[in-house]
Amino acid sequence: MNDNSPVIENPWQRLRRHTSARIGLGRAGISLPTSRLLEFQLAHARARDAVHLPLDVPALLAALPPWGGDALRLQSRAGDRTTYLQRPDWGRQLADPSRQRLQQWAEDNRHSQPDLAVVVVDGLSSRAVQNHTANLLRALQGVLSRARESWCLAPLCVVEQGRVALGDEIGALLRANAVLICIGERPGLSSPDSLGLYLTWQPRRGRTDAERNCISNVRPEGLSCRDAVTRLLYLLQESRRQRLTGVGLKDRTDDGGKTLTAAGTAETGSNFLLGRE
Amino acid sequence: MSAKYRYTLGDRTYRFKDLATLMARATPARSGDRLAGVMAETAEQRVVAQMALAELPLRQFLQEPLVPYEEDEVTRLILDSHDREAFAPIAHLTLGDFRNWLLSSSATPAALTALRSGLTPEMVAAVSKLMRNQDLILVAQKCRVTTAFRNTIGLPGRFSTRLQPNHPTDDATGIAASILDGLMYANGDAVIGINPATDNLAQCKRLLQLLDEVIQHYQIPTQACVLTHVTTALEAMAQGAPLDLVFQSIGGTEATNRSFGVDLGLLAEARDAALQLKRGTLGNNVMYFETGQGSALSANAHHGLDQQTCEARAYAVARHFQPLLVNSVVGFIGPEYLFDGREIIRAGLEDHFCGKLLGLPMGVDVCYTNHAEADQNDMDNLLTLLAVAGCTYIMGVPGADDIMLNYQTTSFHDALYVREALGLKPAPEFEQWLLRMQIMDEQGSAGLHRGLAPGFAPALARVLDADSDVGESHPGGSGK
Repeated sequence: MNDNSPVIENPWQRLRRHTSARIGLGRAGISLPTSRLLEFQLAHARARDAVHLPLDVPALLAALPPWGGDALRLQSRAGDRTTYLQRPDWGRQLADPSRQRLQQWAEDNRHSQPDLAVVVVDGLSSRAVQNHTANLLRALQGVLSRARESWCLAPLCVVEQGRVALGDEIGALLRANAVLICIGERPGLSSPDSLGLYLTWQPRRGRTDAERNCISNVRPEGLSCRDAVTRLLYLLQESRRQRLTGVGLKDRTDDGGKTLTAAGTAETGSNFLLGRE
Repeated sequence: MSAKYRYTLGDRTYRFKDLATLMARATPARSGDRLAGVMAETAEQRVVAQMALAELPLRQFLQEPLVPYEEDEVTRLILDSHDREAFAPIAHLTLGDFRNWLLSSSATPAALTALRSGLTPEMVAAVSKLMRNQDLILVAQKCRVTTAFRNTIGLPGRFSTRLQPNHPTDDATGIAASILDGLMYANGDAVIGINPATDNLAQCKRLLQLLDEVIQHYQIPTQACVLTHVTTALEAMAQGAPLDLVFQSIGGTEATNRSFGVDLGLLAEARDAALQLKRGTLGNNVMYFETGQGSALSANAHHGLDQQTCEARAYAVARHFQPLLVNSVVGFIGPEYLFDGREIIRAGLEDHFCGKLLGLPMGVDVCYTNHAEADQNDMDNLLTLLAVAGCTYIMGVPGADDIMLNYQTTSFHDALYVREALGLKPAPEFEQWLLRMQIMDEQGSAGLHRGLAPGFAPALARVLDADSDVGESHPGGSGK
């Protein structure tokens, strides 16, 4: 290291292999070195862009696998992003023309009662939706086609400026037994494109979050599409068998693994500050 | 007309149906009050409401509870504990005069201390609505609040930090790495406080153990906290866990607190249990509370009040339990409550002012989420304003990025910036430790030694040796 450099490096920066926290950044005076400052700005810029980037619906529709007939393009009552961010209640309601569209579909398909409606929603990160939904739905299609029971699918709905609970109204209008929402999650600084999946049995307006199951952090650096679909299939099959979702339906696909990780890290006490490593 | 409050301006009479409405209409604009439907309809109506409020006698707040006494234990706490004797010197004032008095030379630090128990949160919230940012700063600066556990927090000329070493899976090595980073940047005198990834009792006990061992091993004059629900803390204490501070999120109405799963009785029980452990060496402030504007509305428990008034009422709850630390988590809850940097900055200054005037050791989590219209510059502005106002402490996380809670708060570097820019120092006992450990040098307020403190070299060598043993010898630290 150059002794004349105004940047003072931290010898403990090598600990970064043990955590994604921004430790050992070094300092210029007592401030962030330029390179570290710009790294942060880039991460924040990506997270901001993820919030404000509009969903490219035509591109998304072109990338998605065929799914339960012609896709329906819908809008929430929040007309633009600024309104969306300030009125979470409007993001949970359909715009009138979208509601009429679904009512029309229900009338035209009077005898249809789908097992599952999939609703793709931009949420707080359109990038998550744009990047990961096509892979996810292809993988889901694969496992559903090999599943024991057959799955009658409602047409895919793509919604702009929506929140999770909007799926309740959509699912109810489509007379679906269950609704799956694929939505862009609130972006973190290091996770701008995280997709969230919410499954609700017998969707109708007024369902609470306690009545849904959630699979979070679906992205290549988090939970892979393949692993997400494994969990999802379990939840789909169990919700159909037990006729419920939410706190009453526990995701037992990796109970063993979870407990082991939590216990393993803490009980071995691998804390180098105390000299036990 | 049934409107209780009227104000005539020119040929127009404005009506406000009750005190809660008048307070809400007088509140500087913010998205949470718009969402609740209590915000002023026009800019003019807001100022007229402020004019009406300025003429209101302070006494009115003792006669017109904003949430009914019979329905709400927070209201009962506020009115039953009101000290009429302390209130006497200002009992004759209107709110407008009260603002003038607070800014005058009569309002000395000693006078403000004597006044505390005579003030209700509603009086304090109301006067803040008549104040500009600089007023909020100037008056807060005159409030002296000192608390103690293993060090002394809140002395003039001091500026403390909570070291917040969160990790998404509570990994012990990851947490230890962030603690080391924070200590080397002279952070952690307010508390070393972890938000656990889950509320699991066994996990919380292990984290308490970890923090206690680190504090004991390096003899750090500070305290630890695992920010878990108060019921989990009670169980952990019953099972003998080494717990310094009891944490709880609180709100300003009984129903908000119920949504958090707490009431005053439960908080009292937890405080008693922590006091019995007698772990403090310099003082017995054993509680740590977090609050934030918007929590009451999000629990649908705001009783038609504006969110800032609800927030101030939470400080009455906090005050009752003589906490070591209280902070508003000002930008955490999202843009539906505080939309942008401007609203977050205003709210941060209000919360700090109200807390301090009521006698709380008030810190602020200067923070924002990525869907708010805010950035690091807004945080720098709020941080600087709060530091000038005499804010007791802020958070410190590595590089301002909390990888568990997914939000940005202040960094270890940010705290050093404040100390350097304003000549502030950490808590005295912690400062002595930093000097002894050769983390800080005697030069200047934020002077750090260049290298790793010798006392921590063996620990670092240990972990790096272990890494090369398993063949991970490639240099780390290349960033994200």
